[in-house]
Amino acid sequence: MSNYAATNSPNERSTTMPTTTDTATIEKVIFESLETFGAEPTMISREASFEELDVDSLDVAELAQIVQDKFGAEIKSGDVPQIKTVGDAVDLVAERAS
Amino acid sequence: MKKVAITGMGAITPLGVGARTLHARWSAGEIGIRDGEAPCAEFDPLDFFSRKEARRADRFTQFGLAAAQEALAEAGWDGEAPYAPERTGCILGTGIGGIETLEDNFAALRDGGPERVAPLAVPLMMGNAGAAAIAMRHDLRGPVFGVLSACAAGANAIGAAVRAIQCGDADAVLAGGSEAALTPLARAAFAALDATSAVGISRPFDAERDGFIMGEGAGVLVLEDADAAGARGAEILGFVRGFGTTCDAHHLTAPRADGASAAAAMSEALADARIEADEVDYVNAHGTSTPLNDRAETLAIKAALREQAHQIPVSSTKSATGHLLGAAGAIEAAATLLTLRERVVAPTLGLSTPDEELDLDFVPGQARPLEVPDGMPGVGVSNSFGFGGHNAVLVLEAA
Repeated sequence: MSNYAATNSPNERSTTMPTTTDTATIEKVIFESLETFGAEPTMISREASFEELDVDSLDVAELAQIVQDKFGAEIKSGDVPQIKTVGDAVDLVAERAS
Repeated sequence: MKKVAITGMGAITPLGVGARTLHARWSAGEIGIRDGEAPCAEFDPLDFFSRKEARRADRFTQFGLAAAQEALAEAGWDGEAPYAPERTGCILGTGIGGIETLEDNFAALRDGGPERVAPLAVPLMMGNAGAAAIAMRHDLRGPVFGVLSACAAGANAIGAAVRAIQCGDADAVLAGGSEAALTPLARAAFAALDATSAVGISRPFDAERDGFIMGEGAGVLVLEDADAAGARGAEILGFVRGFGTTCDAHHLTAPRADGASAAAAMSEALADARIEADEVDYVNAHGTSTPLNDRAETLAIKAALREQAHQIPVSSTKSATGHLLGAAGAIEAAATLLTLRERVVAPTLGLSTPDEELDLDFVPGQARPLEVPDGMPGVGVSNSFGFGGHNAVLVLEAA
């Protein structure tokens, strides 16, 4: 039970990296990540707040690693206060995606 | 000095889920060893945790949380806590901590680089993670920390908790040990030391013994100021009457050959309990099945209990569970109290060829009734020793 996303093989990067980073792809990756973190799938939406999904700073740190890896988008701990909802996270990643 | 009561017990062991399961199955002669190891095959984390909780906890923390849950339920404390949060604590021993997390993340680092190491790596692998997780789940805000003394850690944690209650630092402390080290690195490292059995058999005190069998699991006791436990109407299962701890200060892994420091810990624990050797009804041995431990421990028991040593049944839980390292002292404290309460001495399994030098009553073969003098509650001694020369001894009494 203690395996998590960070132990994916590095080769996976090239196969999962989308050719164009559209918002729908970012949303899909973030939704899936939140589900992996243990959020209730039926509650996950753009409007849902991280608080109601019980997503805390450790989850955000994991999420930051995932979006950096997949989209080249850097999220720092200083960004956390402005990320209230899932939609905020999607938009921030879309803005910074390379 | 305040009296310290035991009001709940929990154990996750290779013999199954539950402290009573441990004693019942061991007494029935069951052995939790498969292919030279003793995993907790019946443990399913999702029986105890949400998906989120489970992925926030290394396996050793999961064992600790599950054992704590069972112990608190028995103490009648799984809803509202009977004490102010600041007056409650958790002290949990471990030999190694979250080594599975460490190994997974080292592999991620090696194969994928630093950016592959998980943010959860440190909070999951740190040795105090078990105590912290139990505290968080049950809102324990007093003394909470981990204890490191290798295979004596579970007993040292219980001893530290007893002292915290006696000194007035807390009214109640969850105490025990947890370990989940059935991993490639730990397996190879113990084998490199020749500490584990090459033939895959745990047979403490047998002439053919050749090392221990690695096990995993956790044990947790609910310890309370006995007056406070009585005042809240708790059912008291027994008491930690005495605790003694010493160090060989001799060798990183080998015990002192004459068992002198281990004997001193036993004598300290008996003196702390104000109990004489002839009042001891049972000894739960550390009994690892290594050539060195079992010989030195036999000498220690003889030195501490003197002429009484040959009259007292001595058995090793590790003959059924393998060696749970930092959890061993905790599950064995639970097994000792159940031996006293059920009046059944579980046997040292696998002991078929006596070693001439080891001539105590090691209860070979099968379980037998525990003899306790009329009107007495039953007193047991539980020995735990660890690499580094750590010796921790508990004296328990049934209520």
